Amino acid sequence: MHLSPEEWQAVRLSLDVAARSVLVSLLPAIGIAWLLTRRRFPGRFLLDALVHLPLVVPPVVVGWGLLMLFGVRGPIGAPLLEWFGIRLVFTTGGAALATAVMSFPLIVRAVRLGLEQVDPGLEAAAGTLGAGPIDRFLTVTLPLMSPGILAGAVTAFAAGLGEFGAVITFASNIPGETQTLPLAIYAATQTPGGEATAARLALVSFGLAMSGLLLAEWIARRMHLLLGRF
Amino acid sequence: MLEVALRHRFEGFELDANFTAAPEGVTALFGPSGCGKSTILKAIAGLLQPREGRVVLDGEVLLDTARGIALPPERRRCGIVFQEARLFPHLSVESNLRYGLRRAPRGATGPGFDEVLALLGIEELLPRRPARLSGGERQRVALGRALLMRPRLLLMDEPLAALDGPRRAEILPFLARLREAARLPILYVTHALDEVDALADHLVLIEAGRVRASGSVEALTARTDLPLAARRDAGVLIACCIADHDFARGLTRFDFAGGSLLAPLHAEPVGTRLRLRLRARDVSVALTPPEGISMQNVLPVTLTSIAPTASPHEVFLHLDMAGTALLARITRDAQSRLGLTPGMALWAMVKSVTFDHARAGF
Repeated sequence: MHLSPEEWQAVRLSLDVAARSVLVSLLPAIGIAWLLTRRRFPGRFLLDALVHLPLVVPPVVVGWGLLMLFGVRGPIGAPLLEWFGIRLVFTTGGAALATAVMSFPLIVRAVRLGLEQVDPGLEAAAGTLGAGPIDRFLTVTLPLMSPGILAGAVTAFAAGLGEFGAVITFASNIPGETQTLPLAIYAATQTPGGEATAARLALVSFGLAMSGLLLAEWIARRMHLLLGRF
Repeated sequence: MLEVALRHRFEGFELDANFTAAPEGVTALFGPSGCGKSTILKAIAGLLQPREGRVVLDGEVLLDTARGIALPPERRRCGIVFQEARLFPHLSVESNLRYGLRRAPRGATGPGFDEVLALLGIEELLPRRPARLSGGERQRVALGRALLMRPRLLLMDEPLAALDGPRRAEILPFLARLREAARLPILYVTHALDEVDALADHLVLIEAGRVRASGSVEALTARTDLPLAARRDAGVLIACCIADHDFARGLTRFDFAGGSLLAPLHAEPVGTRLRLRLRARDVSVALTPPEGISMQNVLPVTLTSIAPTASPHEVFLHLDMAGTALLARITRDAQSRLGLTPGMALWAMVKSVTFDHARAGF
């Protein structure tokens, strides 16, 4: 199967956007998962609901919300452009941001599942052995929850390859800049004679998603072995 | 020296415990399940913040709610051995052992790495993962890890409770050896009397969140007003020393402060110090030295007092053997038949002697 340079570009861009979105959301996801699992504070349920919002709200609405916040005249977008010269709308970075917001609940859920597997008694034991809170987190909690983090990252990456609604609303459909796989497929279906392109890209999409799921499964098995669970 | 005073609401009742633990040796917190023993241990280690309390270890305040002092666990340097070992599953046995050692303060002293390995017999386990250890091995590694962090106080929260009979017997001698090697105060939470016999020097009896009595094991086991006396195996513990083996007669002589006892030949060498439990129901008394009986041990004693037992038909006799206390449990009928009154000189006959094998060298 041969892909045209334009089609290759869409594949590469999709991988780029998905990778960036995972990189951006991983640390905040770990922090929020930890807060939601281990801390009781007012507004916990609100935060939980907020994190899960992209799962239930139409993606177009998420894209619209981002447009309002990060648009060149938005409350976040304006200072970003003015002080740092960063413009997110209609850029690859913006596509990554939209993808990150959409896949954020997936990562948080997976990381939480991983964290719930960690016995707080082990952290207490580390404390009595002289490890402070950060030391405990880095040497006990983080390694033990790493299967959840990896599973979350891989799932979010695979899902991020296919994010459509939020990306097209916030970042538009610009070939080479924001036209990821699903957007390219959509564009192809709208173009007379684009059926072959759409089919090829759909096949690539399918292959990438399957590889992602298989990779996640393989990593989970390896990690459990490494952590001595079996 | 450890001073503890704690008040905390706990599972429906009030924990209100005050006691001190000796600077060396094992102090056992003894009481039924759910009486608050483990809560006390957690509060000392800093894993639980009591409503009110003060914990002072060798003059350093670890906790004083009145002055707003509560050191975090990592700065208390109290080593804990938990019931379920709590080894880090992602680290090898060696990394587990070195976890606390690496974080110990520079000046802290304690037994060396190889010394601890030899003491606990865990040299072979170093490269293994905790998941590949047996329950007994896991607990030995947990002991080593707590010892290697150079603690100022060792806390043990029912370290044998999760193990079955043979495993417990496997670990008990290691605990006894550790107790000799550690040279630091050990607080040992248990509800098993055989562990108290084998390890404890001091006893703090806990009942429904309160300290019912505390003191040396010998003193508390001779009291009849404590829940200990209601047990079938109630009786005094006597510290003694192997004086002689008579191989021809198959007997070993044990000397103690108030005399000596004979028992079937014992494996430990002459000079070994150990503790004997003389169960009250295995001790009987006579007005004159009996003759023609099979019992080896007939000892002159003085009857100091008579105390009631849980049964209306039986009494405890407090006996004195030249300064060493002894308890006998006899029927009320025997008491009236012999006309026993305090002050009388009697002969105590000891039917059998139970040893705690683990007490070599205390």
